[in-house]
Amino acid sequence: MIIHHPILGPRDAQEFVYLGDASLIDRPDGMTAGVEVFHDYLYNRTNPAGEHQELWYHEQGDRSWLVVTRNTVTHEITKVELARDVARSRGRTK
Amino acid sequence: MTQSHRIDGGQIDRTKTLRFTFDGLPYLGHPGDTLASALLANGVRLMGRSFKYHRPRGPISAGSEEPNAIVELRSGGRQEPNTRATVAELYDGLTANSQNRWPSLRFDAMGINDKLSTFFAAGFYYKTFMWPKSFWEKLYEPIIRRAAGLGSVTREEDPDEYDKGFLHCDLLIIGAGPTGLMAALTAGRAGKRVILADEDFRMGGRLNAETFTIGNDQGANWAAASVAELSSMPNVRLMTRTTVVGAFDHGIYSAVERVSDHLPAPAAGKPRQVLWRIYAGRAILAGGATERPIAFENNDRPGIMMAGALRAYANRWGVKVGERVAVFTNNDDGLRTAKDLQSKGVDVVAVIDSREGGELLPGIRHLQGAEVIDSSGKLGLSSITVRQTNGRSETISVNVLGVSGGWNPNVNIHSHHRSRPVYDPNIAAFVPGKDGPPGLLVAGSAAGQMSTHAALRTGRDVAIAALELNSAPDLPQAEDAPIRISPLWYVHHGKGRAWVDQQNDVTVKDVKLAKQENFTSVEHMKRYTTLGMATDQGKTSNVIGLAIMAELTGRSIPETGTTIYRPPYTPVAMGALAGRSRGREFKPFRLTPSHHWAKEQGAIFVEVGNWLRTQWVPKAGETEWRQSVDREVLATRKSVGICDVTTLGKIDIQGTDAGAFLDKVYANTFSTLAVGKCRYGLMLREDGIVFDDGTTARMGENEYVMTTTTANAVIVFRHLEFCRQCLWPEMDVQLISTTEAWAQFSVAGPNARNLLRKIVDQDISDAAFPYMGAGNITVGGLRARLFRISFSGELAYEIAVPTRYGDALLREMLAKGAEFDPILYGTEALGVMRIEKGHVAGGELNGQSPALNMGLGKMVSKKKDSIGMVLSQREGLTIEAGYRLVGVKPVDPKGKLTAGSHFLEKGAAPVAANDGGWLTSKVYSPHLGCDIALGYLKGGDRKIGQKMRIVNLLAGLDTEVEIISPHMFDPEGERLRG
Repeated sequence: MIIHHPILGPRDAQEFVYLGDASLIDRPDGMTAGVEVFHDYLYNRTNPAGEHQELWYHEQGDRSWLVVTRNTVTHEITKVELARDVARSRGRTK
Repeated sequence: MTQSHRIDGGQIDRTKTLRFTFDGLPYLGHPGDTLASALLANGVRLMGRSFKYHRPRGPISAGSEEPNAIVELRSGGRQEPNTRATVAELYDGLTANSQNRWPSLRFDAMGINDKLSTFFAAGFYYKTFMWPKSFWEKLYEPIIRRAAGLGSVTREEDPDEYDKGFLHCDLLIIGAGPTGLMAALTAGRAGKRVILADEDFRMGGRLNAETFTIGNDQGANWAAASVAELSSMPNVRLMTRTTVVGAFDHGIYSAVERVSDHLPAPAAGKPRQVLWRIYAGRAILAGGATERPIAFENNDRPGIMMAGALRAYANRWGVKVGERVAVFTNNDDGLRTAKDLQSKGVDVVAVIDSREGGELLPGIRHLQGAEVIDSSGKLGLSSITVRQTNGRSETISVNVLGVSGGWNPNVNIHSHHRSRPVYDPNIAAFVPGKDGPPGLLVAGSAAGQMSTHAALRTGRDVAIAALELNSAPDLPQAEDAPIRISPLWYVHHGKGRAWVDQQNDVTVKDVKLAKQENFTSVEHMKRYTTLGMATDQGKTSNVIGLAIMAELTGRSIPETGTTIYRPPYTPVAMGALAGRSRGREFKPFRLTPSHHWAKEQGAIFVEVGNWLRTQWVPKAGETEWRQSVDREVLATRKSVGICDVTTLGKIDIQGTDAGAFLDKVYANTFSTLAVGKCRYGLMLREDGIVFDDGTTARMGENEYVMTTTTANAVIVFRHLEFCRQCLWPEMDVQLISTTEAWAQFSVAGPNARNLLRKIVDQDISDAAFPYMGAGNITVGGLRARLFRISFSGELAYEIAVPTRYGDALLREMLAKGAEFDPILYGTEALGVMRIEKGHVAGGELNGQSPALNMGLGKMVSKKKDSIGMVLSQREGLTIEAGYRLVGVKPVDPKGKLTAGSHFLEKGAAPVAANDGGWLTSKVYSPHLGCDIALGYLKGGDRKIGQKMRIVNLLAGLDTEVEIISPHMFDPEGERLRG
């Protein structure tokens, strides 16, 4: 597979480490959320046959975490974003 | 032996003669020959024995689809089994041997299987060797494996190197026949970056095997001229001996280039093969088509071949396979063989044409509406039996029969993303279907465009479409004959065996049996009969098999469907897949800064991940490892020992939010740590389980240095980047791994400070550099770092210098501190001392244990949010009587312990229900004079002082022990504060 890194251009998937569903960005606040909420965050995933947003880490590269939108059936990649930008757009701060 | 079967013509260099042997006998051939063409030129057509019945077999093809002529090449470390003689390029000195026969190819004792064939039908093994069950592994399987099968692997190491390479292009063209050449000319002339790859050593595809003309020239000459033009283009890369074996995602293709297989040994510095990864903007599959047989009784004798292969041997290699030839065909292409051979002066005795009507060949006995129903001949064909249209049978004496059942487009690579081929009744074959790999187009006979004109035309047009070119080159004149085929899959006659898949010895009867037992789906049929498996992957047999199944079940061929193809297109050597990643290069060592010194001392090393660490350093007279380890422990605790801890992960963390960031990733608090101090940090996973631990020092207001365990250095760094970028993207915090940048040594023991005073430039008295102090220092002016931390429980420091000074620092410490008799201790002594102190490490950080179980529950701060804090409070992780870390020592000091043993109450039966927990780490403590261990014991914190048993049924161990605190040595910690 080839991942079009927003900064570095097309890179071979071998340079990356895969983590999983990009919903991992949406970590609840531990001071307010309880065990149930964290359990849902950590373990429950949708398993789509189709478009899937997922986290890839450019370990053999610039160490960017990326959010890759990939079709799980065709492996077509329609969007690649810096995870940091996605996190910010989802309202994450400090 | 003379080349008795050579005829005029062909693309071989007759000015040079090559010597080679087959089964020990010497033969001659020419450059341009394959092993198969050279053997056929010498009158040898018996080249193998079949897989199951050990039937004598010869080649049926002239290409990589060959099911029968499978041989072993070379000897020693270069011995290579299961190669196809039809594609093995001849070189001077080649040695080849037949396979799967004993004692010889002409007389094979296992030929008895052929007589017992009734017992060996599909499913035979499953039905026969059911019981007694225990016989399978010990008796049946070894016997079956010896009798069946293909070649044998060498036991020697392969002396050759294999490489991997990476290529980029606008257009990859797979196959260099008329289609591929025309596509390459079109794209090349337009200035595009083109890769043209072909598995053959000569480009041109079928043009080399035919007598067609293109323009005013022979097709083979047009091919040569096209190759010459393409070679002159700097934007075109021609790759012969290169098989594209797979289509992967996003325009990535893999190809195997056989750089040196046509040589006795690779030239100096050259690899044997290269596995290429090709990144192609677009690709064209121009892989041609493969001729398929017609099944009839005893259709597997040497001398019965594909009609197109007979033509190839005559036209390309100047070989007549035999003197008296017949052709059996259901389509016009078979007639070409008769014409070509006749024009070469070969006696074409008869053409048996299953069709009624149509063109009658002049000057040849052309039997229309006839079928070949049987053959005879012991080690090769001697006659065929023909049933004519009036029903009368006739035996015709021939030693060669060319068979043509039509041509199958080579759709394989188009199916690699699960696209299903579709049936085209006009050519009675499957053509590429929808949803192939994006960017891959198909042209020529691979797309069902069978004439030479159609090949040239589609090659050009598809290249234009793929690259959106504006101009189209003119096409040269070429034949455009229609196919005219009337499908015939197998001859309905008699009860004998008619082979569908010669490589796996699958007959029409086996397909019928599969149907009878309801394995009617093509996928089931394949697995039940093994049709289409092994080295040829059914290139000549799949379609016949499914067509027969369609007929038997009364379904159409499209309804029956086809199995699809997966990579690789042809077999790939393991060496090519491994490339340079073999032996030590598969997993290179990382060497510590003390490695060279330790090696000089005769140290014993241990692999820790990729690291090679000193395990212990034996002294003269020490005969057993424990003597060395005990000495290292005692010497350290008595005076001073040095240990290389460079392998621990080191991460510099800087920024105004560095402290707040550490509060998030560690369970305990770091923002409150004073500058110049360090603290033990406990890192959890989000699920509340302990992830890693280590000390982290605050070197400045906004600067921390974290250490991780050796094993987790990489994944902790990855995790921190995740936290920084994905969870708290607005924090001002930067990370860099400095594991390789600093050589770090632990200096431990009562004389640690006295030794370091002789090394470092600063005051390191207890007042100036107290316990858990940290700071930047200098060593003879060289920048360095010093941490007063202890894993051994002794007064201890860790000193770090830039890596390239590590060796010098070690030698300096040993020399300047000589009066204290310093020793370098290894990982074993390190382990002894940390277990004596009850520090957790690998066995306890097992990925299943929360901090509570390690006695570290109070470290998880609830005053702040941190990774894993919430879920560490889960019900299942906070059980009151859950596992707790304890120390263990035997009641009798001579009693033995082993890690992995289980806790049992006295008198309890050793069954799972009574299991109390397990020992995680065990050592011999020279201070306590007995084995000691750490372990997780249910309710262990309340069992200190109790007596239990340690049981290990595998080791035959049952030892009475006392449960003690894990802090077994200097529990008050007086030594490390000294």
